[in-house]
Amino acid sequence: MAASLEQTIEQKQHNWFSLLLNSQAFWVTIAMLLACIFLSYSTDAFATSKNLYNITRNVTFTAIIALGTTMVIITGGIDLSVGSVLCLCSMVLAVTMHAGFGIYTGIAAAVLTALVVGAFNGILVAYLDFPPFVVTLGMLSVARSLAMVLSNNTVVFEFGPDHDKLLALGGGSTFGIANPVIYMVVLALLTGFVLRWTRFGRYLYAIGGNEQAATLTGVPVRRIKVAVYMISALSAGIAGIVQTGWLGAVTTNIGAGMELQVIAAAVIGGANLAGGVGTAYGALVGSALIEVIRNSLGLLGINAFWQGTFIGSCIIIAVAFDRMRRTR
Amino acid sequence: MPVLELSSISKHFGAIQALNDISLAIEPGEVVGLMGDNGAGKSTLVKMIAGNFLPTHGSMRMDGREVVLHRPVEARRHGIEIVHQDLALCNNLTAAANVFLGREMRKGLGPVSILDYGGMYRRAGQLFRDLKSETRPRDLIRQMSGGQRQAVAIARTMLADAKLVLMDEPTAAISVRQVAEVLNHIRHLRDQGIAVVLISHRMPDVFSVADRIIVLRRGRKVADKRVERSSPEEVTGLITGAIEIA
Repeated sequence: MAASLEQTIEQKQHNWFSLLLNSQAFWVTIAMLLACIFLSYSTDAFATSKNLYNITRNVTFTAIIALGTTMVIITGGIDLSVGSVLCLCSMVLAVTMHAGFGIYTGIAAAVLTALVVGAFNGILVAYLDFPPFVVTLGMLSVARSLAMVLSNNTVVFEFGPDHDKLLALGGGSTFGIANPVIYMVVLALLTGFVLRWTRFGRYLYAIGGNEQAATLTGVPVRRIKVAVYMISALSAGIAGIVQTGWLGAVTTNIGAGMELQVIAAAVIGGANLAGGVGTAYGALVGSALIEVIRNSLGLLGINAFWQGTFIGSCIIIAVAFDRMRRTR
Repeated sequence: MPVLELSSISKHFGAIQALNDISLAIEPGEVVGLMGDNGAGKSTLVKMIAGNFLPTHGSMRMDGREVVLHRPVEARRHGIEIVHQDLALCNNLTAAANVFLGREMRKGLGPVSILDYGGMYRRAGQLFRDLKSETRPRDLIRQMSGGQRQAVAIARTMLADAKLVLMDEPTAAISVRQVAEVLNHIRHLRDQGIAVVLISHRMPDVFSVADRIIVLRRGRKVADKRVERSSPEEVTGLITGAIEIA
């Protein structure tokens, strides 16, 4: 009896293979690889180094924000303001540098803006019990409006003395890899590490799983919620800074609609809007699948109007798979 | 020396007198069944002991020293653990993660400290072994039976070197076989010298595991006697008011 109890306790019900088969991100990766194989045979343009360079770089802006959004979604929250925060931070950076300040001052101002916006969202959600949907919906409107006020709704394309540094930051490449891709990989590794190996990451899952239980066991739920909205806004701010360098110009409509694309990426990658589930890798692969779909429609000569249908179907199929796995 | 001693505790909520002049003492390793009808004051009493609010009058001593508990964390610091009725578990996390929730084991990795998965799995496995529960530390709570969930919630209290464990209706919503499991967990706590206060409506459970029964009615203590000197019939009478006082 003692031995059998021992064995039962020690038994691992899951090996790495069954865990893999159970992971939505794994199946999305397979789907994406199949799409890539299909596209490299059916079109000449897909598997060219130039096209792959473009895809990987285009993925980054969605993916960087999707990392932050995934963390918010894991806690059971939502952040609708990221597209507008991206715009506001880009504009703060652009206006600061245009006024003659250096690139570091500009970046510091943009990062600070993001953190203030995130803290505002987080405090309202965590301490005043506002629904995150409403708070961030409000911020979606406020942040873009502030960007318009800041720039008087003009396009900024001259970035003062450090103009070239900024363009190199976002548009350059290192060892043949676009700089934004390097930032994305570093941030993804960092996010993955935090989620899997730190107490902070563990608490995010606990809050999303059962907020009441987390509170009762002494998890500092409110402080962590504020932190997670700050991280989300910061991810949008970083994406904004990099995108400004890449585009070489900032308008007040960059990042419009980005929030929905980012949430789509997180959900396709396995994050559950009910909270408690999600991974950094999922955020990456979800963003990548969306970009591959968009890219392939162009290459296959399909009307771009179909793009939304394909991406929307992906979201629904991903969630359908998730439901099937759970009921089985 | 009693691990917990309450002297003339009263609690008002506005005009409502939830607890009225309650005194009791609990010895280490003693299992006390706390019984009473809905609204008799059981939850109020337990919540007060767990530090959710202060009594209006009266004092509370632990190991002979007077304590004033303003918040639940302070109660926990004094060795009072509570197993909530809904168990307060996260379904999306593993058994080990739930046992250690809020008190994760960590190890250094250069300048940062990371979660010690191996250590937590081992320690949680030990606790389940001590409880004689077939619970795997790596399983998600979502996949577990009611009895295993109870084991996880109880293991959490054992982690902390608790002196007193308060259990709120631990057998209310589980199968007969699992009830036996939970009662065994309670005996294990007792054998380690931990005092247990068991709130329950289920007469057979209380009589099989408790050393002593305290009955509350309308905020007053109407009975405090050893189980062998009482009977389910008497306790039922005391709860409903058919018997005035014992």
